[in-house]
Amino acid sequence: MSDHDYRPKSKVGQWFNDRLPLLTLANHLTDYPTPKNLNYWWTFGGILTFCLITQIVTGLTLAMHYIAHADMAFESVEHIMRDVNYGWLIRYIHANGASMFFLAVYIHIFRSLFYGSYKSPREIIWILGIIIYLLMMAAAFMGYVLPWGQMSFWGATVITNLFSAIPLVGEGIVTWLWGGYSVDNPTLTRFFTLHYLIPFLILGLVVLHIWALHVPGNNNPVGIDIKKPSKDTVPFHPYIVIKDGFALLMFMIVFAFFVFYAPNILGHADNYIEANPMVTPAHIVPEWYLLPFYAILRSVPDKLLGVVAMLSAILILAVLPWLDTSKIRSAVFRPLYKQFYWILVADVLILGYVGAMPAEGLYLLIARVATAYYFLHFLVILPVLGFKEKTLPVPLSITEPVLGGSPNLAAARNKESTIE
Amino acid sequence: MKSLFKLFSIIIIIIASNSYSFAAEKAEYLKTDWSFKGLFGKFDRASLQRGYQVYTEVCASCHSMKYLSYRNLAEPGGPEFSEVQAKAIAASFEVTDGPNSDGEMFTRPGKLSDKFVMPYNNVKAAQAANGGAYPPDMSVLVKARGGGVDYIYSLLQGYEEAPSNVSLDDGVYYNKYMYGNKIRMAAPLSEGLVEYGDGTNATVEQMSKDVTTFLMWSAEPHLEARHQMGFKAIVYLIILTILVYFSMKKIWSRVESEV
Repeated sequence: MSDHDYRPKSKVGQWFNDRLPLLTLANHLTDYPTPKNLNYWWTFGGILTFCLITQIVTGLTLAMHYIAHADMAFESVEHIMRDVNYGWLIRYIHANGASMFFLAVYIHIFRSLFYGSYKSPREIIWILGIIIYLLMMAAAFMGYVLPWGQMSFWGATVITNLFSAIPLVGEGIVTWLWGGYSVDNPTLTRFFTLHYLIPFLILGLVVLHIWALHVPGNNNPVGIDIKKPSKDTVPFHPYIVIKDGFALLMFMIVFAFFVFYAPNILGHADNYIEANPMVTPAHIVPEWYLLPFYAILRSVPDKLLGVVAMLSAILILAVLPWLDTSKIRSAVFRPLYKQFYWILVADVLILGYVGAMPAEGLYLLIARVATAYYFLHFLVILPVLGFKEKTLPVPLSITEPVLGGSPNLAAARNKESTIE
Repeated sequence: MKSLFKLFSIIIIIIASNSYSFAAEKAEYLKTDWSFKGLFGKFDRASLQRGYQVYTEVCASCHSMKYLSYRNLAEPGGPEFSEVQAKAIAASFEVTDGPNSDGEMFTRPGKLSDKFVMPYNNVKAAQAANGGAYPPDMSVLVKARGGGVDYIYSLLQGYEEAPSNVSLDDGVYYNKYMYGNKIRMAAPLSEGLVEYGDGTNATVEQMSKDVTTFLMWSAEPHLEARHQMGFKAIVYLIILTILVYFSMKKIWSRVESEV
């Protein structure tokens, strides 16, 4: 923080700030020098904060009416939908909010991948982000179990059963997770407890994530280190606040469309059938945002190795800062990486698609190829690319290509316009 | 900016096509124009009232609707029977209440606050009476089936003679929209089965449409409120977005950088 010398103007302010420097913090947050060339892909951090708060507020309200009991959960959700004032609105915001949260987090992650935001000195921000993402998946999965519909029940059965793949202690762990010998009331009550807890853990990690961000400052589309504050930066308030606000409003329009006009399109119809341990649904599918990992899980014939592959697919991201050997951050100046980046995006979308399809025939084959490519990208392509790739010349500052008429200008502009 | 829109639309298309693909594995559903679809979609009041009649005279003999109460029939956004009518409807059902001060259960005429009376006391009784098949509760049935209203509407009209290569057990019927084409429910509707009070001709198609509309309402009783609020919310957001956009332009004009 460069603003330790901040002094509040009023006596009371000074007295308070000497004892608890909240005003210094507020001053730091408003003055925080931000690169002025951040594009709209950088607005998703703010959008994600909005998503988290929305989920917490709607979730608290739902918890006042929801009953975590195997015999009453489904009915209590219908009670919320029918009899609680605006209960339908709160629940649809919460349910679709989970999807919006993941939509935003995927954009946020892929933005980081494109502009190399995970690289030194931002590794800790990135790793905190991966932990947040893992917790989000846990929270979303457990939240999906709470309505106690068919997909809730069978999704919980399938996912918790994955732990039985662990040698020797697997079965014991599953029984321990369930609190019994099948998914039942004890499973529901503990999932509810954890679903309530995790968002607050995420909130704490988000604070650390932002704190860690404020040490080196934001990366930017050019991916170079900049002097702060300087001609290259603008204060966070009002410049970034209004820009984030504008992007958030656009995001909210999409959000509102789902909530008001297609509230169930992202869910599965079977979850409006009350959980029945005697009837297995024809296809058990997770929510859309978990599908790529579900595809990886099913593409490996061995159960244990499938679980290992699925977990590795996420955990491999945590070591990404060391797998990517390139010194250049932004893909704008990495012509080869940029192509592989888009292939990875397509690969993940394909994994998501086949994750929703039955694991057989052509779908299974595609899933296997896509899974192999996913690991190939991180384990082989990225490390090698850092040494082999001929990168484009990087400008010295953000303003330089604009003011100096540098030879990089045309290249930088061109590259930016193709991705924006 | 443009790319942001592009990305959103691509993702929405992918998600939408994904979720539709579950529904699309069946025969093409029959189409009809539903008044409740679209930005301003509302229920057709008369159709809801007729639909309730079909439900109560036909479906209710096997299918429960355990999340609905008689008061719902008089609430705004639904069939909107008058309170007097809804009370009369409720009173026409015998409700088991109690125990009274003697510890005995007793029956009394239904009240607005009562839940819809169930045709069977429990699932086992329902199965016993229907050859082992449980007639599903209809409260949220429309949302619990992939094809939604189109599926229910088609299914009700989808009964046919089984093709010669399909053999049916006793009590199993052929329906071209049913998953696997075999259904335990006999064709529930036939021409003129109910006599509509408003003189509408009770064709199978008409009754299917009315009762499906009723089921849509029972699954989404606040659909009209949702559509109305949604329109206001989105218009509000769009106006605010435009205002914020120009404020942003103004503020950023102080630095020589494009937003």
